[in-house]
Amino acid sequence: MANSLFKEKLNSSEFLVTTEVGPPKGTDISEMIHHVELLKDKVDAINVTDHQSSVMRFPSLGGCLLVKEHGGEPIFQVTCRDRNRLALQADLLFAYSRGVCNILCLTGDSVDVGDHKEAKPVFDLDSVQLLKMIKTMESGEDMAGNELKGAPKFCIGASVHPEADLIEPQLVKFDKKVIAGAQFFQTQGIFDLGSLRRFMQYASQFNVKIMAGIIVMASARMAKYMNDNVPGIIVPQAIIDELATAEKGKGLQKGIEIAARLIKTIKEENLCHGVHIMAVGNEGIVPDILAAAELVAVGR
Amino acid sequence: MIVAEQKPLEEIRRMIIPYQRVLILGCGTCMTVCDAGGEREVSFLHSALRLAQAKSGNGIHTFSEYTLKRQCDPEFIDLLIDKVSDLDAILSLGCGIGVQAIAERFPDMPVLPGVNTSFMGMAKEWGIWDERCAACGDCRLEETAGICPITRCTKGILNGPCAGTKNGKCEASKDMDCAWILIYKRLEGLRQLEKMRRYYPPRNFRAIPRPKRLVKKASIGVGENDG
Repeated sequence: MANSLFKEKLNSSEFLVTTEVGPPKGTDISEMIHHVELLKDKVDAINVTDHQSSVMRFPSLGGCLLVKEHGGEPIFQVTCRDRNRLALQADLLFAYSRGVCNILCLTGDSVDVGDHKEAKPVFDLDSVQLLKMIKTMESGEDMAGNELKGAPKFCIGASVHPEADLIEPQLVKFDKKVIAGAQFFQTQGIFDLGSLRRFMQYASQFNVKIMAGIIVMASARMAKYMNDNVPGIIVPQAIIDELATAEKGKGLQKGIEIAARLIKTIKEENLCHGVHIMAVGNEGIVPDILAAAELVAVGR
Repeated sequence: MIVAEQKPLEEIRRMIIPYQRVLILGCGTCMTVCDAGGEREVSFLHSALRLAQAKSGNGIHTFSEYTLKRQCDPEFIDLLIDKVSDLDAILSLGCGIGVQAIAERFPDMPVLPGVNTSFMGMAKEWGIWDERCAACGDCRLEETAGICPITRCTKGILNGPCAGTKNGKCEASKDMDCAWILIYKRLEGLRQLEKMRRYYPPRNFRAIPRPKRLVKKASIGVGENDG
């Protein structure tokens, strides 16, 4: 039945490029559709975030359907923060039935960092257990061992944090995700290519595709804000200083330059299998990054 | 032990409005240790309520005070039998269990909670208590070096840290240690890191269904029912 085009790309030796769109807070989906139209033919797949930073929005699954409707290849970001195992399985059955076949399995940010801080955090499963759950569903059974009338087949991925200040426990978890069945990884934001190199020395022993997460900064202020408030993000001082050199109003241009430079180096030095560009609210500039990184390849 | 915090005086004053004769009832066990509702706090609250009443000039309440050794134990609750006849309400400074135990024993008596029961924990240093146990009914501390990820990780996840940890702290609060970094370091020190490499399946929330009941198995064996 449904088939993952992204999976075919994963199996090729092409340099992979994905990006993300964040659904709106509200019912006005026009800007999101505009971004999907703009990006769908320039990247291999588009992630749709799942209440990113625990801020309530239009749902990721709904966003994935929009990507499909507009001819793109969606990656459904699924976190464990808001759904117990019944709801997770149900959403995945629905996703598959509508041709949404790529899943990024995430634990999810704490509700404390979001805009509904008094909500009940669910976390019935963690990201490793979510990967396992999907493998179980693919085998034709639900988590309780009951037979499924029609089993899904997904292309599943996970995230990893190569720039964590203590890397070893992150690698332990990375191993578990690989064993649980993750086929691709989109990393947390990479700023220091040294840590990506070190991580790849370790990760290259596994038969999985690693895509370096590239976060596009719009200003030095944004970088500092992210360091203080966004889980897991560590922007080095050198990048903050470089952003600070931008003329007033040209911060985003500088951010594009930095992102393009990172991507270009990653590709030229063949550091990993691809990149995942996160423009956080500036999705419209992703084509500029691709152009600046000379990634607008034939056929895109 | 159980850790609680006394409710603000204003909230307590609002609660007691309908009742004239109020017994302030302390608990001599956990609530005494965590300074929320022992004999001393009962006495302080008694004074504070009287003072507030005198100041507002419209006092209708008469207060009495008493502290049971434990409010969660029928044996001690029975000591109240001859005290309740001339009361309109009991303001319990016991934990949520104490409040309910008193309410269950005296069906016609309004029982008001004077503390907010917070968690099960330990004294970290003087005046600081930290949560340590979620009473999940399925203890796996052997596998996590004696550090509970269900209680001490804000997400309660079982297979290692999330990516939100920074400087050994939790993404939910910079003052809170990341439980999984603590577990990792302690397992490393114990040379037991292989325990962290194992896959831990999802929790079984039916380990003991809620509300939980614990029946001492030995007592069943000899046909006793007094636990």
